[in-house]
Amino acid sequence: MYNKKVMDHFMNPRNVGEIENADGVGEAGNPHGDQMKIFLKIRDNRIEDVKFKTFGCAAAIASSSMATELIKGKTLEEAWGLTNEAVAEALEGLPPGKLECSVVSREAIHRAINEYRKKQGLEPLAEQASDKSPR
Amino acid sequence: MGEKRLVYMDHAATTFTKPEVVETMLPFLKEHFGNPSSLYSIGREGREAVETAREKLAKALGARPEEIYFTSGGTESDNWAVKGTAFTRRMKGKHIITTPIEHHAVLYPCEYLETQGFDVTYLPVDRYGLVDPAEVEAAIREDTILISVMYANNEIGTIEPILEIGKIAREHGIPFHTDAVQVIGKVPLDLQREHKDVDMLSLSSHKFYGPKGVGALYIREGTEIDNYMHGGAQERGKRAGTENVAGIAGMGKAIELATANIEEHNEKLRKMRDSLMAGILEIPHCRLNGHPEKRLPGNLNFSFEYIEGESLLLMLDQMGICCSTGSACSSGSSEPSHVLRAIGVPPKIAPGSLRLTLGDANSEEDIDYVLELLPEVVGKLRAISPFYKPADECG
Repeated sequence: MYNKKVMDHFMNPRNVGEIENADGVGEAGNPHGDQMKIFLKIRDNRIEDVKFKTFGCAAAIASSSMATELIKGKTLEEAWGLTNEAVAEALEGLPPGKLECSVVSREAIHRAINEYRKKQGLEPLAEQASDKSPR
Repeated sequence: MGEKRLVYMDHAATTFTKPEVVETMLPFLKEHFGNPSSLYSIGREGREAVETAREKLAKALGARPEEIYFTSGGTESDNWAVKGTAFTRRMKGKHIITTPIEHHAVLYPCEYLETQGFDVTYLPVDRYGLVDPAEVEAAIREDTILISVMYANNEIGTIEPILEIGKIAREHGIPFHTDAVQVIGKVPLDLQREHKDVDMLSLSSHKFYGPKGVGALYIREGTEIDNYMHGGAQERGKRAGTENVAGIAGMGKAIELATANIEEHNEKLRKMRDSLMAGILEIPHCRLNGHPEKRLPGNLNFSFEYIEGESLLLMLDQMGICCSTGSACSSGSSEPSHVLRAIGVPPKIAPGSLRLTLGDANSEEDIDYVLELLPEVVGKLRAISPFYKPADECG
């Protein structure tokens, strides 16, 4: 049911772990019970390092792994703009009904970025209606 | 890590077809292709095979051949028993008693009947999934027309007190159906004596090393039930349709083999099952689901905290281990197994459930292989889990 790319990111997830004294930490879950926690190390508005931990199905774990790969080295604006579709596309597709399992990564990234912004005394960015992916 | 091998531990899902069974089937897929209802010789050979299989089923169940009706499998048998009884007895009452842990092949027909004006009581079960016969008696009403309780649960393996429940049903004159799909070849059945209070019993060939797509419903003589398929005169007009001759012949051979040596077979399964269980329970934060003793000899069902079942299943599959999970994500639904919910497995740990069901495909080496790899896989997934703190190992 899962393609090779998904299975690779599931069996060998990239960027697993935690970052001590991370600049931004975000956690998100979905009704399936999937849960992701993400840790960002930020320098000069760029994501210098990223680690994650995820509880969930293979799609959730593979999406977390791919999402961290996609935002590593990117600016916070670029990372904020990451969509579930982009993660699914980078994974060369997810089975029907499994796209929802990838939503947690985007939400966790947004929360981590806003936590960082708050620490910096900046206004948290608002979720835009268009950010809400169809369920 | 040892070399990769295939370890099939999902015998409750299906079993391999035994070579002797395949041999029995082949002539009816080849030269003996005749329609059993035809009078010429190649038809008569098919008829003979069907009736021989009927006798074998009757013998294995302690029933009479004319009480065996061939179907397409467990789902059809359950649907027929539940809906066929409800509709034929609807003038007598609209109340059905069943349990929340039945297979969906019983639960969904019951839900359908609720849309047709029937009233269904889902009995409570305890934390092991056991039904209390006293609760059955208490649920009986003037208008109760059917009691359906599974013989053994397919997920957690708990064996229900069928004899006691049957006795209560008989005392109240209510037809009693049991889904015995998981117990053929594991619990000796004798419908003339010990199980004389069972009126209908469902079974499915592919759970006891027979082919898929064939099963049977035992219907005790004198039981009121609607005809299920309307058409030709097959199965005494109750279930029309040209017989699945090869499948039926295979099932006959399979049930003969499966019931030849039940105790010896169970002893072998129990021995392997118990050493697997002891080894798995050494993994921290893991619990056994289902009854510790009143369970099928090959069944194990565990919940592992902090991890999710589909991930666990797929990682094990990568190592060649085939098993099942009650996790929601595996089935694409948002609810975990209805059975685990009914026995009160906390929502936090229900997703991390794993069912291993042993059978004739297994050997002692398989147990060692699983015990070598499972703790490693659980550990790997826990290391990724945000819920898991290594300090928990001390608690």
